[in-house]
Amino acid sequence: MNFTWSDAAYFGPEAVMGLTFLLCVLGDLVTRGRRHVVPFGTLLVGTAISLVLALLHPPVSSHAILGQMVVVDGFAHFFRLLFLGITFVTALLSWSSREIMGRDREHQGEFYALAAMLCFGMMVMAESADIVMLALSLEAVSITSYILAGFARFSFRSSEAALKYVLWGAVSSAVMLYGLSLFYGLTGATSYEGIRAGLSGGQGGMALLVAILFVMAGIGYKISAVPFHFWTPDVYEGAPAPVAAIFASGPKIAGFALMIRFFYVALVQDDSQGTLALLDDVQWPWVLAIISAATMTLGNMAAIRQNSVRRLLAYSSIAHVGYMLMGFVVLSANGLAAVLFYLFVYAIMTIGAFLVVVALNNRVSGEEIDDYAGLGFREPLVAAMMFLFLISLTGLPPTAGFIGKFYLFAAAGEAGLWWLAILGVLNSVVSLYYYMRIARAMYFTPPELSGRVGLAQAHLILLVVLAVPTLVLGVFWSPLKEFADQSLRMLLGGG
Amino acid sequence: MPDLQSLGDNLQVGLEHYLTLSVMLFSIGTLGVIFRRNVLVMFMSVELMLTSVNISLVAFSRYLDDLNGHVLVLFVLAVAAAEAGVGLAILVEIFKKRDTVDVDEFRQLME
Repeated sequence: MNFTWSDAAYFGPEAVMGLTFLLCVLGDLVTRGRRHVVPFGTLLVGTAISLVLALLHPPVSSHAILGQMVVVDGFAHFFRLLFLGITFVTALLSWSSREIMGRDREHQGEFYALAAMLCFGMMVMAESADIVMLALSLEAVSITSYILAGFARFSFRSSEAALKYVLWGAVSSAVMLYGLSLFYGLTGATSYEGIRAGLSGGQGGMALLVAILFVMAGIGYKISAVPFHFWTPDVYEGAPAPVAAIFASGPKIAGFALMIRFFYVALVQDDSQGTLALLDDVQWPWVLAIISAATMTLGNMAAIRQNSVRRLLAYSSIAHVGYMLMGFVVLSANGLAAVLFYLFVYAIMTIGAFLVVVALNNRVSGEEIDDYAGLGFREPLVAAMMFLFLISLTGLPPTAGFIGKFYLFAAAGEAGLWWLAILGVLNSVVSLYYYMRIARAMYFTPPELSGRVGLAQAHLILLVVLAVPTLVLGVFWSPLKEFADQSLRMLLGGG
Repeated sequence: MPDLQSLGDNLQVGLEHYLTLSVMLFSIGTLGVIFRRNVLVMFMSVELMLTSVNISLVAFSRYLDDLNGHVLVLFVLAVAAAEAGVGLAILVEIFKKRDTVDVDEFRQLME
């Protein structure tokens, strides 16, 4: 293991985010937690610099750095941009959130430090190529998430959400670490490449099965796939709304990135036909297809019964994980490209929907669907944006969600999994029902109060900023699709 | 009467013994998390699970004569400490409000 300074150039965006974290902590300390604008500004500037660095130096080839523990390639680049964008937007939307301010804004600065750390961890998750780095980056993200979930210390609900999250999170990471230790024992290697080489002999048997299942349990918890989804609604409901927006997008997407890289580099064997098939004689596509089907069906069925908008969005995010797993199941380049495309679109529309919750949370007393009654008359712009995000989450044209779902279903059909694609379409129809319950409350129920709700200017601007790509990507999607295809080329070894 | 001397000579502690110990600890930890309702005991059970990970890593590392496993053990220790730190801090926060550490009492977030 050696470290050269040329590595530092490849690790630039991550290094900047790490530094941003330290500066945010320092800024908060120096101003004694009174000038929140210092850590807030530090985070925004740091994220912007990191974004510029990443955009200026897109990786042209796959490059392993830091003792082969981290790989910077097109795949990492795609997720870097996505995570930096998510961090930037969620930092902005949290600025005037009541729940983040707390009673006296005493701790608001710490939020931005944690957001920087979270972003750093997520970027490394997408890049790690060694189980040591996998465990560390995942824990960096998890532990930061636990603190964020309990950020509203004055609220018992927030503390309860954090406790549930940390308890089951610790269990799931222990299970995953046990699986990783088995991989190490089976192959004698900690790097993904080494594991792949060690497994190519075809031995392993029962121990390999347990190892894969345990690692899947750990990742399944992070992305909230059934049967490891039970924490999601509680945490999204209890945690402050901006934190729920982060959880629904960031760590979940990072979990997908980690899963794709781990499975494709360490476990998938590239046979002569150019198709990809998992090692071992267990029918992995079937196992994954059943998880995917169960995740989307259960998420949608549970969402129907919800009256709280936040719980509804939590279950809908579980359903979306099911749709995205569909693209992962087929183990083909097309399927993966569809997953990447959908992750990007999903981040935009889900943050958009949560942003409406954040904006209204400051003003409207409750978060039941009935509390949104008459929003279409009181705040036409916000209601229209919410409607757009809901349409996109359902997957109706002309929105980005439609294109994303189309690619996912097409990839499943192409691989012969027609039943899964049809189940996906049926689930989308079901989801239309509960998304439209919110729309009906907004437009067809007369408001109890009249007059404008009076929302923060920043939230309105941010809503429009998120709505534009939701619409534009619905009619002009090929650049993003090409970007997703291109990002995968280095990972899948196609040049 | 069994010949204890020869039994001792034939008994060699190898990889499988360490792995058996590790599996036992992991199972005890898992059962503890599932069946105990005291959050503190649940956290202790998680620590048991992480300890079992460490035992198996060290055993594999020694068996394979490779130091990478030891490195991972050090990180797992650090992670376990950090997780316990955050978990207990959250629990203290809850205890201040509710005066209990029984997990069944925390049911505000339910359908």
